[in-house]
Amino acid sequence: MSSRERILGRVRRALADVRDDDTPYEQAVRRDYLSEHGERSVEETVELLAENLADYRAIVHRCADEELPDVLGRLLAARGARTVLVPPGLPERWLEAVDATRVPDRAASTPHELDRVDSVVTGCAVAIAETGTIVLDGSPDQGRRRITLVPDHHICVVRVPAQVVSSVPQAMPRLDPARPLTWISGPSATSDIELDRVEGVHGPRTLEVVLVSGDEVAPLA
Amino acid sequence: MSGTFVGMPAFPAAAHEAVRNPTLRGNLRHATHTIRGKREKAVAEVSDWAQLREAGRRIKDHTLRHLDRYLVQLEESVTAAGGTVHWAVDADEANRIVADLVRQTGESEVVKVKSMATQEIGLNEALEAEGIRAYETDLAELIVQLGKDRPSHILVPAIHRNRGEIRDIFAREMGEWGRPAPEGLTDTPAELAEAARLHLREKFLRAKIGVSGANFMVAETGTLVVVESEGNGRMCLTLPETLISVVGIEKIVPTWRDLEVFLQTLPRSSTAERMNPYTSMWTGTTDEDGPQNFHLVLIDNGRTDTLSDEVGRQALRCIRCSACLNVCPVYERAGGHAYGSVYPGPIGAILSPQLRGTASEIDASLPYASSLCGACYEVCPVAIDIPEVLVHLRERVVQGGEVTRGGNKVLLKPAKGHAAERAAMRAARWAFAHPGALRTGQRLASRTRRFHPRTLPGPGKAWSGSRDLPPVPAEPFRDWWQRTRGGKDASE
Repeated sequence: MSSRERILGRVRRALADVRDDDTPYEQAVRRDYLSEHGERSVEETVELLAENLADYRAIVHRCADEELPDVLGRLLAARGARTVLVPPGLPERWLEAVDATRVPDRAASTPHELDRVDSVVTGCAVAIAETGTIVLDGSPDQGRRRITLVPDHHICVVRVPAQVVSSVPQAMPRLDPARPLTWISGPSATSDIELDRVEGVHGPRTLEVVLVSGDEVAPLA
Repeated sequence: MSGTFVGMPAFPAAAHEAVRNPTLRGNLRHATHTIRGKREKAVAEVSDWAQLREAGRRIKDHTLRHLDRYLVQLEESVTAAGGTVHWAVDADEANRIVADLVRQTGESEVVKVKSMATQEIGLNEALEAEGIRAYETDLAELIVQLGKDRPSHILVPAIHRNRGEIRDIFAREMGEWGRPAPEGLTDTPAELAEAARLHLREKFLRAKIGVSGANFMVAETGTLVVVESEGNGRMCLTLPETLISVVGIEKIVPTWRDLEVFLQTLPRSSTAERMNPYTSMWTGTTDEDGPQNFHLVLIDNGRTDTLSDEVGRQALRCIRCSACLNVCPVYERAGGHAYGSVYPGPIGAILSPQLRGTASEIDASLPYASSLCGACYEVCPVAIDIPEVLVHLRERVVQGGEVTRGGNKVLLKPAKGHAAERAAMRAARWAFAHPGALRTGQRLASRTRRFHPRTLPGPGKAWSGSRDLPPVPAEPFRDWWQRTRGGKDASE
């Protein structure tokens, strides 16, 4: 008998007392928790996102769509970035004002090569206001997972309010589990020394989030 | 479970040592009190905490009740997404599977994400025996590994170490394992974190194999979830060519949507954050992004035995948040090592004796490592009634009875050392069944009360060593009731 059969057999024997329980999943799992906490206007939701991002030490900037290239140029210059990783589908216009050398996101790049790049600029899939979280799903404007991991400086552009939801339950239906997902809430941190939070371990130690408004009029979900 | 803990003394003896160590007491007190206050604040932020907790309980219970179905569904989903699923009945089989997978790649080192399951099966030691070096990359696990120490907390395995001790370990040991600690390293947490970043970076960048556990596995989609803070998890999950995830069979949730419950309750319960810095979710393999070979090793290792206990199976709902450790007065004083298991604290006291059985001295003593105050139940985000299971396991230890071990029903003999307790209970049962004898006995006890000792003699001595014997009233209750008709007669 294979281990698979053995384990499944043991599970079935262990559950002999509840064999007749055929309560369907939908009935067994009651969901009377909230789909969001509190009532907020669209603008208040965006404000909450900014607050919660900042609370976990992300640096938050806000600008109008036409200002975005200037803002990105300024942030990368201020950082002193000489090289910047660029996902394949990042709108070209975004980096118009950037002097740093562009490094394309290629499958062939080694982790050591990525480690020599100063910064990375990406979009995101969705942002969650209540928890101060941005989610990446590997879409063309976000690139492979590792490009937002190895460089020490990540600038993430969030289109507000179109990409902002209030809560985790509202984010789930917007995400495709078939894609590799990375949820990011502030820069890398640890609580391992005396259970006190310290920012900056292995992931990017500086996370800048640019909330850009005005390029779309899509309403908040 | 891991051989690391073989030969552990029973909990009381181990705890006796621990409570006399003032540094350990200080470290634990500081850390647990810090996190307790923060957790309360984080939980208070969500007004529907009770509903989330109930939903979490129901999702897990439903999954456990249909675990066979969901395991098969998970296997199909993972396989369809490009992963390979392996099944391991026990620790040895799981270790063998992982070692074989590593050997097939021709590599001799792996980087590891913190994982309770691989701790439980003693994977690092098993790989070492095969000539494969496993590098722990979680900061606390690194402290434990470098210090040749044992983990003492589920979430923060080095909670028993303060910053000064961590500095000393880094300065002394890092050079042995790779890049040495920077000259003049101080004990500020930021500098210590920086030292770990530098030390581990070269290992991440050259790693070909990553080994992880998982916090959740979604049956309908085949998605695995790892919740972390430092980014070491992301490194191990995305940079290597091969990823091997070793996960207990109870970590399944049925649907994608179920994650919305646990992603709200887990971070708040464990690190008291609205959300942890990084959560990675992957479904099989993705072309040209992350590991191109993905292996999932599903382990039983005592879980199906636990599942067959109608009262005890609720322990399998555990999502390893460690809130119960942080709030436990016994854990705060005794520390994690005294529990003799990778699962310390209240959850460990009910999980270890079920996963491993109650045959060893340490496992038979664990259900007693509690004052039954109930704080653990209160904070548990999946509502595991830990005190209920503790009492249930005590009964099993004292009385013995039928249990499942290794998939077979066996008759457990009553444990040694509880003879006096059993005799006392038998005597009580007889007395309560014979009212005449009970009355005579009570009257005798009342009349002789001036001569009662303050402590019990013989085998009862240990019991009264830390307790006051209750004073016997001058008149038995039943006599008082008859005389005053339940207090209605004012003559009383």
